[in-house]
Amino acid sequence: MKFGVVIFPGSNCDHDAYHVISKHVGQPVDFVWHRETDLSSFDAIVIPGGFSYGDYLRAGALASHSPVMRAVKDFAANGGYVLGICNGFQILCEAGLLPGALVRNENLHFICDHIHVRVETTETPFTANLAARQILHLPIAHAEGNYVCDEATFAELTRDERIIFRYCDHEGTTNPAANPNGSHNSIAGICNEARNVLGLMPHPERACEDLLGSSDGSPIFRSLTSTLAAKAAR
Amino acid sequence: MKAKVYVTLKPSVLDPQGSAIQHVLESMGYANVKDVRQGKYFEIALDENSKEAVREDLERIAREVLANPVIEDARVEIEADTTQGDAR
Repeated sequence: MKFGVVIFPGSNCDHDAYHVISKHVGQPVDFVWHRETDLSSFDAIVIPGGFSYGDYLRAGALASHSPVMRAVKDFAANGGYVLGICNGFQILCEAGLLPGALVRNENLHFICDHIHVRVETTETPFTANLAARQILHLPIAHAEGNYVCDEATFAELTRDERIIFRYCDHEGTTNPAANPNGSHNSIAGICNEARNVLGLMPHPERACEDLLGSSDGSPIFRSLTSTLAAKAAR
Repeated sequence: MKAKVYVTLKPSVLDPQGSAIQHVLESMGYANVKDVRQGKYFEIALDENSKEAVREDLERIAREVLANPVIEDARVEIEADTTQGDAR
């Protein structure tokens, strides 16, 4: 199996993702420049965090129109796994691969912190190795992480169990105090209808080694790896 | 030909930046300022002389790039056509 990590001008978590996949998970991985149009050699694509195009216009807006995103849309439509982290989540929303949008944090601050999220479902390739209701301690670093969507979209996300992570306190309770950015319903991560595209604001790739204060991000990459391994074995 | 595009947050979307500006204005003594909504404004120059020819393109540009329809509305204004020479 092979991972691809997309690089846009302004991506800055690309090397973190590459490091985790190559050294920590131990899988082949290549960088993918944003002008690339062929993703046929990959099994999973990571859209990393950062400030693509300097967050000009809106976070993720300009990157969502780059050539590689047309390829990512085809890749996802054919069942390929796509993981968008932070700016990657914003890009996936702007590209229409995930519903809703990420707007300015309610308190207007850039928030750099460690928070807790609750795993809402294990029914995705990205959370299969986790336990439902498991609490993960993960870093966040964003100014536009406030998830918004219309009520029809929210009803759909809820009904289809497509809300994958919610901000919570250390005991797993969601409440306004434990919601760092004002996201609707404490949403920290969602998936698409086919469940092969996931976007989340926290940074699992920065939390895969105990040395960094948390290794709670590791099972997300390991889930994806074991899902791919199971798929390849079939 | 020139066009102007105004992008504003939908009324249903909270605008924390606009609220912050309103609070500052209030603290400056502008008690009559009840609400501020922040938006974006674009000036676009086009190599085209017919309003009709650019209207559709500009509407699409506004919808697909300049605004995010999930949270924003866009309004396109195209400047008066100058190809007809003197006004008749």
